[in-house]
Amino acid sequence: MAEREAPGGEREPCRASGAAPGRGVSHVAPVPGAGPGAAPSVPVVVQGPELSREEKLQLRKEKKQQKKKKRNEKGTAAEPPEPGTAADPAQPRVTPHPASPPASANAPNDGEKPPGGKSKAELRAERRAKQEAERAQKQAKKAELGQGAAPAKPRLTPTEAPSVVKRLPEHVQVDDPAAQRKLAKKLERQQVPLRQDYGTKVNLFSHLHQYSRKKPLTQQMSIPSTVIHPAVVRLGLQYSQGIINGSNARCIALLEVFKQLIRDYSTPPNEELSRDLVAKLKPHISFLNQCRPLSVSMGNAIKFLKKEISCLPDTLREEEAKEKLQGTIDNYLREKIVLAAEAISKSAFEKINDNDVILVYGCSSLVNRTLCDAHTQTDRTFRVIVVDSRPRLEGRETLRRLVRHGIHCTYVMINAISYVLPEVSKVLLGAHALLANGSVMSRVGTSQIALVSKAYNVPVLVCCETYKFCERVQTDSFVSNELDDPDDLIVQRKGQAQLGGWAENKSLRLLNLVYDVTPPDLVDLVITDLGMIPCTSVPVVLRVKNVDQQ
Amino acid sequence: MEFQAVVMAAGGGSRMTDLTSSIPKPLLPVGNRPLLWYPLNLLERAGFEEVIVITRKEIQKMLSLDTKMKLDFVYISDNVDMGTADSLRHIHQKIKTDVLVLSCDLITDVDLYKVVDLFRTHDATLSMLMKKAPEPTEVAPGQKGKKKPVEQRDFIGVDDTGKRLLFMANEADLDEELVIKRSILQKHPRMHIRTGLMDAHLYCLKKYVVDFLVENRTITSLRSELIPHLVRKQFSSPTSLLQGLDNKEEGRKKKEQASLDIYSFIKEDNSLLKPAPDNSCWNDHRGDMNETLHEGEKGRCVLKIKKGRRCRGVNTLALYIEANRQVPKLLLNLGQEEPLVHGTAQITDRGMVGSDSIIGSSTQIGEKTSIKHSIIGSACTINNKIKITNCIIMNSVTVEEGCCLQGSVICNNAVIEKGADIKDCLIGSDQRLETKGK
Repeated sequence: MAEREAPGGEREPCRASGAAPGRGVSHVAPVPGAGPGAAPSVPVVVQGPELSREEKLQLRKEKKQQKKKKRNEKGTAAEPPEPGTAADPAQPRVTPHPASPPASANAPNDGEKPPGGKSKAELRAERRAKQEAERAQKQAKKAELGQGAAPAKPRLTPTEAPSVVKRLPEHVQVDDPAAQRKLAKKLERQQVPLRQDYGTKVNLFSHLHQYSRKKPLTQQMSIPSTVIHPAVVRLGLQYSQGIINGSNARCIALLEVFKQLIRDYSTPPNEELSRDLVAKLKPHISFLNQCRPLSVSMGNAIKFLKKEISCLPDTLREEEAKEKLQGTIDNYLREKIVLAAEAISKSAFEKINDNDVILVYGCSSLVNRTLCDAHTQTDRTFRVIVVDSRPRLEGRETLRRLVRHGIHCTYVMINAISYVLPEVSKVLLGAHALLANGSVMSRVGTSQIALVSKAYNVPVLVCCETYKFCERVQTDSFVSNELDDPDDLIVQRKGQAQLGGWAENKSLRLLNLVYDVTPPDLVDLVITDLGMIPCTSVPVVLRVKNVDQQ
Repeated sequence: MEFQAVVMAAGGGSRMTDLTSSIPKPLLPVGNRPLLWYPLNLLERAGFEEVIVITRKEIQKMLSLDTKMKLDFVYISDNVDMGTADSLRHIHQKIKTDVLVLSCDLITDVDLYKVVDLFRTHDATLSMLMKKAPEPTEVAPGQKGKKKPVEQRDFIGVDDTGKRLLFMANEADLDEELVIKRSILQKHPRMHIRTGLMDAHLYCLKKYVVDFLVENRTITSLRSELIPHLVRKQFSSPTSLLQGLDNKEEGRKKKEQASLDIYSFIKEDNSLLKPAPDNSCWNDHRGDMNETLHEGEKGRCVLKIKKGRRCRGVNTLALYIEANRQVPKLLLNLGQEEPLVHGTAQITDRGMVGSDSIIGSSTQIGEKTSIKHSIIGSACTINNKIKITNCIIMNSVTVEEGCCLQGSVICNNAVIEKGADIKDCLIGSDQRLETKGK
């Protein structure tokens, strides 16, 4: 008996027996009248360790009545919960309500925890009423939206409950002809050419685009490009040819080009800058999207920019407005990317100890910077194992940069990680985006490294700036990904191209994925510019960010 | 505005004086269209709307082209012998953006976007088009026999990917050895040197190159002086660059004393784009440990090599004839809708006209005349019983009965009298060949 009451008894053993709390079981025994049956014989100890059931019920009833009186004095605001309250004690177990099992489990503690406001039952009732109201709202909305909502799967975002039905982006609906037709119409209106898909796709990924590097978008455009600003054309070409790679680099280049666009922009008469500029940016963004699907960092930057533009006060002249915009872009660049990188690098290299062996994968600008800073600014000795994978072979670039700094490096391919992991002390990874459920979206192969590291009990640290946090939720790497040029997988050896004739073979499909999603339980720590947080705190950061921006 | 197109049509055609003595080179008919039409057509198909044409006054008068583009003719007088670079300097006021320079004798169906894409992607100073030099297969008429020994070869060094131009030298400039800078080899350890490439005279140049030309008056020709200079400058370190910027306020004289370095003309707004390549993981060379866009490398030269046969410059007589032969197929590719045989031509006997012959307008062709692989201009009169094979006959030519023409070029207004038998000849304009001549 004593053991069962231990949670309740935690509070009082010191009073009863004078011993330290926390060792309830052993100290309850000496108290006379410990058993439940003996409760009536110890009326003095009303708040004793073993409140009998009857006493607890009594206490509860008294408190409820006190609250009722209080509320009746306060007003009629308490009316709605009342009927719920009456029904509640009768039906806590009859209606299998999701709130009730935890509530009934908390029943023994009800008496001890005087809730500040309403009682649990009343809260339950309120919750139920709210949920029913929202459900009704959603049904009404769905009936209105009709077709528009049909292909939509409402995303499980942790944002507010009256969910706006979010549409799937069209870049993951390539096999839906209706969506593609809408896209084609939109592009035609904006005078941006539509890029054709190339080659047969693997069935699982037939909902994604697959482009060929040899067929750039400029094929279909006139050479002195008039519709799209030349700087944007150049940027799009550099994206599609893979010259600017990596989410930070892409975002920085994008913002620089936007600055140039804004510089060269002039408001037409009878138009407002805040509205017209956003409209002018849209074709350019579509063009860049056709060249290469936008990354999450770029998407966030674009959202930020659009918001800034539409929030410009009308009183500003055009020159001032343009300058202000350029200033905000510079600020964004500086704060969210440059300073964030510094902050992350500082906190990350605190984690690097002497004689550490650090494993890195691919080429992440942030991780490279951390390691170089750690090498120059501290005098800890560590060595790095660079893991690389085909077809991009980005690890060679990492290797070059680290060796140039004087860091001792080893280079292996990804199939060798289980051989090197026993000597690795930690794994440092970069991320393309952090999703709202804590998953990490990064270069394909990252989840494999995280998985094997977990098997070897090696801590996995992910470095990511907060501007790359995304409100999407993904549990797999299939739904939203990017397919690269399948011809990259063709290997030229001694004049022979293996897989060179893959297109003629009808049953052969090549798959060149770019990203994959690492589940949050494989990641131990995420190092951001807000500090070091566990993976599951990402939605909190997002929520705080949203509040900040509004 | 991204590009301005400039067509150089003032050249004299110094290598085919026989033809060009009567007709200026841009007006030479190839497939019954003036030579100038082909580069203009190329530009039009690419989407250009305005072109600057540098030419001589009399050419413009004789020109009648139907293009939708706005042609801006700039005249240079005959007396002054201007090289191509001089012409650019002449019009530098009009040039406000990067410029695409074409020569008038380029007949090609290359996809222009490929050359321009290289220019854009790598932010290059110069992008040029080269083609595999065709084997000189046939002897041109009018030239006796022996092939000239190939002594005008160009040595072109390209990197592994085939896109970056590392080295260019003409054989005539070299004594016995080929000298390659060490810095080139350090960055690009694998360099392919090719001798079989010919320049197609299509260049994309950045604006600051034109500014540099304006200041530097010693350069007269694009092809032979400017381009090699740019290629050489790629790998030399601009030691004067930083100094030049500092000393700008001090002395302009200092700048002039130093050899006018092209780097001083490169505007510094390129520095904005510097952080992005630092963060991206692409590198353009494998050779050494340097950063991608090495500080010393401000001017990049890239090139596009056109494989296949559909690209030629018409410089010499042999090339001219070859071009004419290729033109029917080319015109098909260019999507020209006109039939090869012009509507107004009066041909009595259709069956005798070969399928790849082009016959101009208002030409009369008599009976029993067989025409194969030939191009006949407009307003010609070809009488009966004539055999024409592999010929190029220009406008207003009269060929009387019973002639047999093979492998010849007959210029404007010539008259070939009865019974002449002509093989591999070049007949100038207004000539008159007597009866039964050989």
